[in-house]
Amino acid sequence: MRYLPHTQEEIAAMLQTAGIADLDDLFANVPKECRRSAPLNLPEPLTEWELNDHVGALADRNATAPDYKVYLGAGSYDHFIPASVSFLLGRGEFSTAYTPYQPEISQGTLHAIYEYQSLVCRLLGMDVANASMYDGASGLAEALLMALRITRKTKVAVSRAIHPLYRRVVQTYLTPTGYEIIELPYLENGRTDLSSIENRDDLAAVAVQSPNFFGCIEDLQSISDTVHSTPKRLLVTSFSEPLAYGLLKSPGMLGADIACGEGQSFGIPRSFGGPGLGMFAVKKAYMRKMPGRLIGQTKDIDGNRGFVLTLAAREQHIRREKATSNICSNQGLCATNAVMYMASLGGTGIRELARLNHDKAHYLQNELDKAGFAAPFASPFFNEFVVRFPDNFEKTYNQLIAKKIVAGLPLASYYPELADHYLLCATETASREDLDNLVKEVRSCKNQ
Amino acid sequence: MQESVGTKGLIFNEPLLWEKGSKGRSGFSLPRRDVDSFPVDEELCGDGPDFPDLGETDVVRHFTRLSQWNFSVDSGMYPLGSCTMKYNPKTNERQAALPGFGGAHPLLPAELSQGVLQIMYELERYLGEITGLPAVTLQPAAGAHGELTGMLIFYAYHQSKGSKRSKIIIPDTAHGTNPASATLCGYKSIPVKSDENGVLAPADVAAVMDDDTAGIMVTNPNTLGLFEDNIQEVSKIVHDHGGLVYADGANMNAVMGIVNMADSGVDVLHLNLHKTFATPHGGGGPGSGPVCVTPELERFLPSPRVIEKDGKYRLSEDYPDSVGKIHAFYGNFGVQIKAYAYIRTMGAANLKKASQLAVLNANYIKAALKDTYYLPYNRPCMHECVFNDKFLSDFKVSTLDVAKRLMEYGFHPPTVYFPLVVAGAIMIEPTETECKQDIDMFIDAMKAIAREARENPELLHEAPTTPKVRRLDEITAARKPCLSG
Repeated sequence: MRYLPHTQEEIAAMLQTAGIADLDDLFANVPKECRRSAPLNLPEPLTEWELNDHVGALADRNATAPDYKVYLGAGSYDHFIPASVSFLLGRGEFSTAYTPYQPEISQGTLHAIYEYQSLVCRLLGMDVANASMYDGASGLAEALLMALRITRKTKVAVSRAIHPLYRRVVQTYLTPTGYEIIELPYLENGRTDLSSIENRDDLAAVAVQSPNFFGCIEDLQSISDTVHSTPKRLLVTSFSEPLAYGLLKSPGMLGADIACGEGQSFGIPRSFGGPGLGMFAVKKAYMRKMPGRLIGQTKDIDGNRGFVLTLAAREQHIRREKATSNICSNQGLCATNAVMYMASLGGTGIRELARLNHDKAHYLQNELDKAGFAAPFASPFFNEFVVRFPDNFEKTYNQLIAKKIVAGLPLASYYPELADHYLLCATETASREDLDNLVKEVRSCKNQ
Repeated sequence: MQESVGTKGLIFNEPLLWEKGSKGRSGFSLPRRDVDSFPVDEELCGDGPDFPDLGETDVVRHFTRLSQWNFSVDSGMYPLGSCTMKYNPKTNERQAALPGFGGAHPLLPAELSQGVLQIMYELERYLGEITGLPAVTLQPAAGAHGELTGMLIFYAYHQSKGSKRSKIIIPDTAHGTNPASATLCGYKSIPVKSDENGVLAPADVAAVMDDDTAGIMVTNPNTLGLFEDNIQEVSKIVHDHGGLVYADGANMNAVMGIVNMADSGVDVLHLNLHKTFATPHGGGGPGSGPVCVTPELERFLPSPRVIEKDGKYRLSEDYPDSVGKIHAFYGNFGVQIKAYAYIRTMGAANLKKASQLAVLNANYIKAALKDTYYLPYNRPCMHECVFNDKFLSDFKVSTLDVAKRLMEYGFHPPTVYFPLVVAGAIMIEPTETECKQDIDMFIDAMKAIAREARENPELLHEAPTTPKVRRLDEITAARKPCLSG
């Protein structure tokens, strides 16, 4: 077995040095009752070449581009990934290191994550970003727990236009704590309705997502004004498509106290939803209350610039039960992936790419509108939007799947009141020809 | 002694990203614009983030130079205790990067995701078999996330019995994540000291276990590298009071194919795929922390779950007692594929052999160094052994100095100052993928350093001098934080 380098002679010599009779004898301390008598029941080992065939065949059983045209966003976006990014990320020096506990020989990881933190701050208009959370959903849950700790209140308000799966994770995290979640409805235009909580002073935080799950861009400025009109209420803004901030004003600029979301769009393959990247950033006042690892700049004893893990007094390995979070391993390599991608795009590139996403989605929405498929929500959007298809579109939807087109995400299972509503996404990867074809196919089904 | 692998290399300086580049440069092939521009609401529009503009060559050189400042498993022996820094097979990377997985959208209808779902389904079965706890969720994204999931299951279980317990027992050898995870579920941690043998004594557990205690979190083998040989008795005490037993499976690499965790009394256990199952640690993640439970607790596992009928796989939400969702989608699937590929490559016999060799390597190091470094618990160890700096204190040399000097010999230092129960701990976990020659070089280096400590301690105090930077000022970093530029 190529991963096990020991020869029989070496095993014998090592056992002799250790003063142990044989390999079984190494486990003499393990009580008999805990020990297995029979071998594990697992498939026979595969050679490297058999594994290629076996896993390759499984990979072929999933619907992916270019065979399939998938107009799905909803928290997982199709963006081009430069070969340079994938290539750099494959360097074992990054991927096979661990948490940089020994900074002198971990400067590569530390320097890269410091740059990641910095570019995330610039993207979101925030002061301090951590080294990552697991994903957009757990990041939102931790943001709300953080706000509850800061304000010492017991309730949070969460918009129904936040990704429904993120809200389910929030529910899971908060269930044993006894904290209460108040759900904010959405308006006819697809934005969050804050009227029910305007003057409530028992809320630790108000959480919205922008662009929200329907793709609508929230009016964060006015939301911030409302939230902050009552003291000690934090505005938590979530996102699932960070590329939008290549074009839009940043959440920090509009008053967010905590900005958190999913960073998968930044060069990370969709990979069936993970690993992704929980981006998490706060205003400076809350720095010492935040969860997760932080990299800071410092100097070595010769006065040279270097980077270290810092403010560890917040963390579980120092504070144990009093830590700001239990998080230890995060999504380090995904953060490295994102900073490589952001560096490749640059300020000019991210703006152009964001603009192109915006325009592709608007082209599609416009063409669907012309074909008689209305967009029920009038709010501005970025690269995804909701369409109301005719009653019983499900049959058409399945016919299109047979033609290798996935015409968006049916919303009925998440929002029962939105039967026949579909969430569609178009990014830079969709050509005009693809989009025209989608409209043509949808229209031809309508005419059947 | 063989020539040391530690040396001075060609190390480049490299500035921060925004200290280089030039406005208008680009490292990205912008896709063709084939649609017209649509107006954007000016009120919503910003100026875009202030990112530096770099060329593709700039970016490639930048990150290549950075990578060369890292120590990694691919560069050398990385005996970081409790982290299982074993070799990460390259074929696993190839499998995870296949376009059929990388491009898979998580919300596609099940019939369009059969390959993904089959891998998840089979991996759950394999992990259930390896642990002896047959019901498995792959949703947790890391070990601590798995612990939280386990505590949520404890909470849901007790609630289903109509009780809400307030405490949890956690030995003093536990990882810091254990008490932090328990706190998230509202449990107060009750610490228990390990006995003079470095393991839990049943009487100490019995003294604190009561009907208001939800259960116990045990790491087994524990962080001293010792098998908790009273585990069955401890489990019985906890169960007799209606509690549950959680095992932190971070150290499962010691006992694959050897111990059946269910037989030892464990109800819930998390695994770290990035430790035991050879997926890369990524400089701090992404990991994966599957949770395995007894059939009795299966109904509480996170949803959705993968189910199979007539060879067809789908995700089911039909679990009314589930603790809910703990990840937006299904956890770190890209990591799960690598663990799947590892298990399929190894098979049952090689997994057991891996554990045997991991334990052999640790016992060999323990025997070779026990006259050189102080061994607080001189008992047969599992996959790691814990020394400290007691023999060196006369020379004003500490564990930290030993760690820093090891870098100059070309090794990543062991875990230091953990577990907390051993002052100045040096926790060595070689893993099974290190061959005898490399381990012998490590042992020689450790002995040479102990000699230097007596003869020339300055060498240790000054170390390291060969890496990109020398010892860093961590105090100023924390007092005057500079966290972004």
